[in-house]
Amino acid sequence: MRRWMAVLRTPVGTGAGLLLLGVLLLAVFAPILWSHQANAIDTDHLLQGTSADHWLGTDNLGRDIFYRVLVASRTSILLALLATSIAVVTGLALGSAPAILGKRGGRVATAVVNIAVAFPGLLLALFFAVVFGVGAKGAVLAIGFAGAPSFARLTQTLVAGVAERDFIAAARIAGVGRFRMLVRHILPNIAEPLVVNATIGAGGTLLAFAGLSFIGLGVQPPAYDWGRMLGESLSGIYVHPAAALAPGVAVVIAGLAFNLFGEAVAKGLGAQVPRARWTDRTPEATPAREDDSDAVLVVEDLHVSFPGPVTPVRGVSFTIHKGEIVGVVGESGSGKSLTALAVAQLIEPPGQVRAAELSFLGAPLLGRLPVRSTAAVRRRLLGTSFAMVFQDPMTSFNPTKRIGVQLAEGAREHQGLTRRAAMDRAIDRLRAVRVPAAERRARQYPHEFSGGMRQRAMIGMGLMGAPALIVADEPTTALDVTVQRQVLRLLETIRTEDDVAVLLISHDISVVAQICDRVLVMYAGRVVEDLPSTELATGARHPYTRALLAAVPDLDTALDEPLAVIPGRPVDPARLPEGCAFAARCAFASDRCRLEDPVLIDQVACWHPQAQAEYSNFRTGQR
Amino acid sequence: MSELRFEGVTVRYGRALTAVDGVDLTVPSGQVVGLVGESGSGKSTLARAAVGLVEPASGQILLDGSPLHSRRPLQMVFQDPYSSLDPRMTIGDSIAEAMPRGARRRDEVVRLLELVELDADRVSAYPGALSGGQRQRVAIARALAGKPEVLIADEITSALDVSIQGTVLNLVRTLQRELQLSMLFISHNLAVVRYVSDIVAVMYLGRIVEVGPARDVLGNPQHPYTKELLAAAPRRGSTSLPPPDEALVADAEPADPHHPPAGCRFHPRCPIGPLIRTDREHCLTLDPTAEADHRLHRAACHHAAGVLRAVGSNPPVHLQLKEDSQ
Amino acid sequence: MTTQVTTAVNAPTLNAHPWLGFAVRRLGRLVGSVLILVSAAFLMIHLIPGDPVRGALGPAAAQSLVDAQRASLGLDDPLWQQYLDFLHHLVTGNLGTSITTGLPVSDVIRDRLPATVELAVAAFLVAVLIAVPLGLAMGVLTRGGRRPRAELGFTSTAVVLAAIPEFLLAVGLVYVFAVTLHWFPVAGRGNVASYVLPVLSLAVGPAAVLARICRVELLAVLQTDYLRTARAKRLPAAAIYLRHALPNAVTATITLGGLLLGGMVAGTVLVENVFGWPGLGSTIVSSIIAKDYPLVQGVVLVYGVGVLLVNLAVDVTLALLDPRSTIRES
Repeated sequence: MRRWMAVLRTPVGTGAGLLLLGVLLLAVFAPILWSHQANAIDTDHLLQGTSADHWLGTDNLGRDIFYRVLVASRTSILLALLATSIAVVTGLALGSAPAILGKRGGRVATAVVNIAVAFPGLLLALFFAVVFGVGAKGAVLAIGFAGAPSFARLTQTLVAGVAERDFIAAARIAGVGRFRMLVRHILPNIAEPLVVNATIGAGGTLLAFAGLSFIGLGVQPPAYDWGRMLGESLSGIYVHPAAALAPGVAVVIAGLAFNLFGEAVAKGLGAQVPRARWTDRTPEATPAREDDSDAVLVVEDLHVSFPGPVTPVRGVSFTIHKGEIVGVVGESGSGKSLTALAVAQLIEPPGQVRAAELSFLGAPLLGRLPVRSTAAVRRRLLGTSFAMVFQDPMTSFNPTKRIGVQLAEGAREHQGLTRRAAMDRAIDRLRAVRVPAAERRARQYPHEFSGGMRQRAMIGMGLMGAPALIVADEPTTALDVTVQRQVLRLLETIRTEDDVAVLLISHDISVVAQICDRVLVMYAGRVVEDLPSTELATGARHPYTRALLAAVPDLDTALDEPLAVIPGRPVDPARLPEGCAFAARCAFASDRCRLEDPVLIDQVACWHPQAQAEYSNFRTGQR
Repeated sequence: MSELRFEGVTVRYGRALTAVDGVDLTVPSGQVVGLVGESGSGKSTLARAAVGLVEPASGQILLDGSPLHSRRPLQMVFQDPYSSLDPRMTIGDSIAEAMPRGARRRDEVVRLLELVELDADRVSAYPGALSGGQRQRVAIARALAGKPEVLIADEITSALDVSIQGTVLNLVRTLQRELQLSMLFISHNLAVVRYVSDIVAVMYLGRIVEVGPARDVLGNPQHPYTKELLAAAPRRGSTSLPPPDEALVADAEPADPHHPPAGCRFHPRCPIGPLIRTDREHCLTLDPTAEADHRLHRAACHHAAGVLRAVGSNPPVHLQLKEDSQ
Repeated sequence: MTTQVTTAVNAPTLNAHPWLGFAVRRLGRLVGSVLILVSAAFLMIHLIPGDPVRGALGPAAAQSLVDAQRASLGLDDPLWQQYLDFLHHLVTGNLGTSITTGLPVSDVIRDRLPATVELAVAAFLVAVLIAVPLGLAMGVLTRGGRRPRAELGFTSTAVVLAAIPEFLLAVGLVYVFAVTLHWFPVAGRGNVASYVLPVLSLAVGPAAVLARICRVELLAVLQTDYLRTARAKRLPAAAIYLRHALPNAVTATITLGGLLLGGMVAGTVLVENVFGWPGLGSTIVSSIIAKDYPLVQGVVLVYGVGVLLVNLAVDVTLALLDPRSTIRES
């Protein structure tokens, strides 16, 4: 309810709400107030034009058209609402039938809806109009039933979406009956979109009803609605346009009132993308420092921020050298993936990236470039030497293109290879990442690959050029343990054979420990510790690093002790505390920690870095 | 608490996919059976069959020796705490719904919340106000509200952040010991399974390929797949990848459950199988599950050690077969 | 031995003939739908309360006339007999005789169908040619929250245009362009100019819906992981949009385009009435009012089959564009 009120407070919501309220009030009060004027026959003034007495003129019996349009609002809207309720009730019954009737009955209901929904509403309405007869009653039933299939389809889709969620399974296990399941669990979770769509549907019904009346199948004389008024005055549009246009305008306004209100609510309830003005304020590119010739990637004071403002990455600095594998670990919300994306120049507006330095192979990546041609040079450099591997191999390939084509594409672009040569290279690279039957596989679509094979192909794609750096964002998270090992080994082999640097992002500290030379531990958008992976197990000094290590059970975890835990939960980047972000969860936090934010000094950002001896104390010090 | 037994349970989805294929497994009273396997191995389907969310095509599921009926004394905790609680219901209502009729709901809900270490004043909160770890506690409380004879936990920590995982695992272990729960604990993570289980069962392509006391299975694995899982699991302080297996199988693709291989289902990936050792052609045609009872840990491998008392006077079956095939 | 095993394992997980399966399933559905349509058209007459012949001829008609008409329509036979006759007549192309004019229904349809098809096809082409480029362009321009004002203007215009039903738009267009400006004729089907207003009134609403959907679909595609992959390949913007974003955005748009085309087929009914267009639309309305049921039946069948063919075309197009849909579709 609170969200609905919030919607009404937006400008569009307020406008649409007021308009709808006005239309409904008119429908209630117009017949009470103006029936007399609307029905007064004046044979002296037949078919008159606009005048002071009759703003919109008179009809063929001399009745005032303006008042008739106002009074017709009740019939028009009432019939439309009746038809809408028939559509909603029938649709809801058909659409929720699978939930009530079980498998077999549900299948029948679904089949009926599938076939009916393929026919346009108007066609169904005509069909039902024949069956129910011409007239207001027939038209209400016709339009009601004609609208039912699309509403049933919507209900089905929504029900299906809810039905596969685990709380439904849990309720079934608890022995909740089908009817109670529908009423208690399913309907409350689909009510909002249903109401929104019913509102929009009411607008559509109003228009459809006007259509039926317009062609003479709806409301019959002496009753009248907007559609009938429009239909009857159409022939006189040359001499008396107001009589035809006024009811038309009324229909459009009323229809829009329902439509806009529904749209406003739908938009307000749906997840809103934060929409801030996007401005590119990145300064001119600064040339990279020349002191570190071995460096592949230099990152200095990197910030990533989003409108809000939220800054999930706050001042990350690191350097990756040739042939080095650097791991970044952290929990969700630590900013590790955004760091990877920022480094790869893949943060899309409204996100913003700032850094004191961000350079790849000595070339600056940030900032506008003065000349267009330099931008092309930068793109080619990144396209050939900078490879990216993403977390979900299932969604990271274009589903409608063959794997080989997707690999070859970049090489044709950046290395100027012919189609043939690029494809040969693609097959060669697939072989290099040990995809069996590479030639045949190159002609297949992504959905024909298993997850592990897709991830290999993705790495193969990065190897199309001569990469100096592979940025891998959770490359093994979506894979099974045994496959995970194959992919990690592949990355390691590539590093050894081609001296490629790897930036490996992972939430899993044991993965990182296995193949990285160096590990950066991130918490709340900062690097809190930077240490060689050989020292992870014994030499970690930041309490968070230690806690993270202790919290993950492995094959050597003592079975008779409870697991070490980190109290509290990861911080929300939108609500960062003052001082050290980890202080609230840290056993060693002092007042200083809660006031002053520690910086990365001597590879650790902590006011109380732990020495080796205190390690065992930490483990038992927790609850 | 009671004993849960699967006897020859097979579950099919449509005609094409046999997700669980003739599984025999026992969860003894008051013990935790850890079930490991990769995605698609059928472990979650087995759990769903136990609680009645899917119907087995054949076989039966017995509780203390008698078949299960409609309202089952089994409860389940799901993987995703964001999907397993109705967002439109207070957590108190969610927990109360799972209770048997006539229970003193209010008091019982409060007791359960305290049992899972949540404040009692959370009763009227909606799931949206809770973190993932807290939701998972509510889900556990709801499962306990049904007074289950057996609790099934399906990947309950894999959707949680590392720092939260530990608290949930500790809670599950404490509750299991205090309440003497029988439990089927499903996870893809061998280290997690090891931490909570008395018995470990390993599942591969719809079949149990090895099962036995946790210490024995992990200390002396019989099936090559179990060995592979153990090798892939992290060890404290390991800073390098374990050495690669035989080159031929190292990059084998996981088998497709729609088209399980004939004979031993693991043979296309097996480091001691026919791809490496050409004399082991019987693995291509003979299903090792048939004689599993005669082997240590009921391993579904022709080359696993036999059980001493089962071998008796007869030579192990696979030796005979090997001779036949030559 | 070894190689044989490896190939077996690496065999594609696809069914052997995905296209065959697709064709069989899809044709099966088409046949089922046509059967249901035919049965519905047949039942329509029997669902009408009272005697349809009496209703058509009016209360004043002599009982003997009614009986004769009933007999000639076969309404006194048992229902199954009537149904079989109906099917048999359909197969031989005999749709019966119009009660009001005495002409064979198939002749009436042959006369009037071309005008309606022309209208629907022209309107569809106009709608697609305007909406798809416009929607996609708006998607590119307003991606990631850029140009919020243009987005607001586009969306509100589209909502308003989509909310105006074709017959009202037709009336408005007639008033402005025919009555006031005299650019186009008020009604009738003749030279090219006479097509402009009917086609526009039919095309504008669906075009607005389509343009909106196109934009939303493009924005959705721009959010996908594979588009991020394309960007990570550092392809030029044109290649990213034309090769990766467009085909996928259009795939999703086609489904809706098909529904809209179906809607347009039905929309002709109203628009033809405004413009006195000599098509099936004006025929069905006049025959419903005159209770000329054989004619209604025939026209409903033609419209229904038209819609089913459009749906078939959509599914085949989708299958051609998206390699997964042959398997996914069921």
